[in-house]
Amino acid sequence: MTTKPRLEREVIAMRVARELPDGAYVNLGIGIPTLVSNYVPEGRVVIYHSESGVLNCGPLAEEGEEDIDLINAGGQFLKKAPGMSFFHSADAFGMIRGGHIDVAVLGALQVSEQGDLANWMLPSRGIGNIGGAMDLAAGAKRIIVAMEHTDRDGKSKVVRRCTYPLTGRRCVDLVVTDLAVLKVTPAGLELREVAPGWTPAEVQAQTEATLVIPRDVPEIAL
Amino acid sequence: MSEKERLSRELMALRLARELKPGMVVNLGIGMPTLVSDYIPHDGSLVLHSENGVIGFGPTPREGEEDPNLVNAGGGFITLLPGGAFVSHADAFAMIRGGHVDVAVLGGLQVSEQGDLANWLVPPRALGSPGGAVDLCVGAKQVFVVMEHTTRDGKPRLVSRCTYSLTGARCVSLVMTDLGLFQVTPQGFLLREIAPGWTAAEVRSLTEAPLAVGPELVEVRA
Amino acid sequence: MTVSKVWPSAREAVADVFDGAVIMMDGFGGPGGMAQELILALRERGVRDLTIISNTAGLDSVSFGTPGGSLPVNHGILVANGQVRKVIASFPVSASPSRPTSFELLYREGKVELELVPQGTLAERIRAGGAGVAAFYTPTGAGTLVAEGKEVRVLDGREHVLETALKADFACIRAWKADRLGNLVYRGSSRNFNVPMATAARVVIAEVDEVVEPGELDPEVILTPGLYVKRVVVRRHPGKIYTREQGAAS
Repeated sequence: MTTKPRLEREVIAMRVARELPDGAYVNLGIGIPTLVSNYVPEGRVVIYHSESGVLNCGPLAEEGEEDIDLINAGGQFLKKAPGMSFFHSADAFGMIRGGHIDVAVLGALQVSEQGDLANWMLPSRGIGNIGGAMDLAAGAKRIIVAMEHTDRDGKSKVVRRCTYPLTGRRCVDLVVTDLAVLKVTPAGLELREVAPGWTPAEVQAQTEATLVIPRDVPEIAL
Repeated sequence: MSEKERLSRELMALRLARELKPGMVVNLGIGMPTLVSDYIPHDGSLVLHSENGVIGFGPTPREGEEDPNLVNAGGGFITLLPGGAFVSHADAFAMIRGGHVDVAVLGGLQVSEQGDLANWLVPPRALGSPGGAVDLCVGAKQVFVVMEHTTRDGKPRLVSRCTYSLTGARCVSLVMTDLGLFQVTPQGFLLREIAPGWTAAEVRSLTEAPLAVGPELVEVRA
Repeated sequence: MTVSKVWPSAREAVADVFDGAVIMMDGFGGPGGMAQELILALRERGVRDLTIISNTAGLDSVSFGTPGGSLPVNHGILVANGQVRKVIASFPVSASPSRPTSFELLYREGKVELELVPQGTLAERIRAGGAGVAAFYTPTGAGTLVAEGKEVRVLDGREHVLETALKADFACIRAWKADRLGNLVYRGSSRNFNVPMATAARVVIAEVDEVVEPGELDPEVILTPGLYVKRVVVRRHPGKIYTREQGAAS
């Protein structure tokens, strides 16, 4: 069962991209979330916000044209884009907490069935980076998590209760993993879509939290 | 006694201007305080700050050269000195509260011997405009007040306790009136300089609060 | 009277930094926005027991925001040199545990302290420090480790955490250009913490590429008015990115 193919990181990103409405202001975290910008459906315009103090981030700079004063929050070099604007950190986070960011796509270590998010520290390391994640968890209008369904040891990252230190409580709206699309509802995590070839029961078997499973669960369509 | 000549508004402004030293950041209130700007050097050695966000402004423009986007907090037209800058209202008050303004020169209705200032509401009028004065009282490192010594009805404005609604408590350090220059000390008012032709006893008789007189009382000179 | 806040060298501009000083310094993570020459001067000066307020604790083990994969000079060299007692930061370690920063190594030995602050809270605490606001409530971190021991209050139907302002003895900031009155303009994504830090320290030292005469900077684009700035230092090598190897040699 576990040898069935799971979704590639790019496919997870593609599925998340479908969630971004036209004209949305979006912050993408590091990792799978960064890939999302490659897959925004044609005809939609999404405006990216970076905690480094840039709005309307466009493509990355070519090699040899890197400018140390033009980076995104992941430290990647950006190309100058028309309509780009710059601001300092207090304003960058004022935008986030002030409710001006429509969607934040974040990676995660654990998501609970209440929508709690843990993504900043592995307890075994004893130290971690909060960075901008707590502000995004508290301030973005909608949080979408993009992550693998299980960790390297095969343990479920979709849990009843987070055992790792929290980034935010009850903040996640949608979880897209390499096995499923899960919606946080008052009744718990609802299984909305499954990866092609997977049954709801097989996804549940990989999930610590108890999923709410509707009668018909379609396959993830892109 | 009351027919004796008092100090002119211009002389009060001129004398108070001498208390402003190079390197200071100064905010001038509306009315008589604005006159002070006629008696300070406009060479950038002293920075004038205005609540509406103009930092480093100069004298009034010549007629015909007024710019509606270049006014002070009182709505008067100003010029910008080389090296002047603009900030938002929030930042202008952040400068005030953050302790970046050295002196605020304000008008007054009453000043108490503890340095309390009342300058925004005259009973029986039920409404008044505190504007930026409350922030200036709290945030400026020193508050100087310039006002007439008595009301139109001849009542003293230097009082034991303000009877008008306060703008700020224990904030005033220096008061310039048309009868002299007064320091607010931990022991109360100290007469430092006196209007020519007046005696300390005469000034005392027009002052409600106790008034100490320094050992070397001099006359206010142009 | 001619005002000039321009100091002859980074070394002289940091000559009164004392042992135990609290210093703000920016750099989102990379060399953009980082006052590298002031940091090198601080290392040369050898002051100790410093408390550093910055986004990172000196990302000195990874090449963040640095072309060519080199390791830039940042306050990690002060940490590595044993000059730092405490760091207040949001991003104290490298993303990958296999490449620990100097800070993480010393932290494991119990030789440095950490106050971990969410990035937006850090920026706002600095802005509050410069703006005379002693504390504020933010929803960030409610229900997490960050809220432990702090007052939590429900406002507008949500839990908010009381966070206090941050101030410093010195701020070593990086801007693009200054005039001799201390007015500053910045470049691109390197505004970061530089702009709020410029308001929140007793002595603000700005490292810039170029100093011009008053009036040459457009007042419409000045982000930090000169009243905040005490000292301006012109970089000896305006465009240069100091890497750890070169930094060690200078």
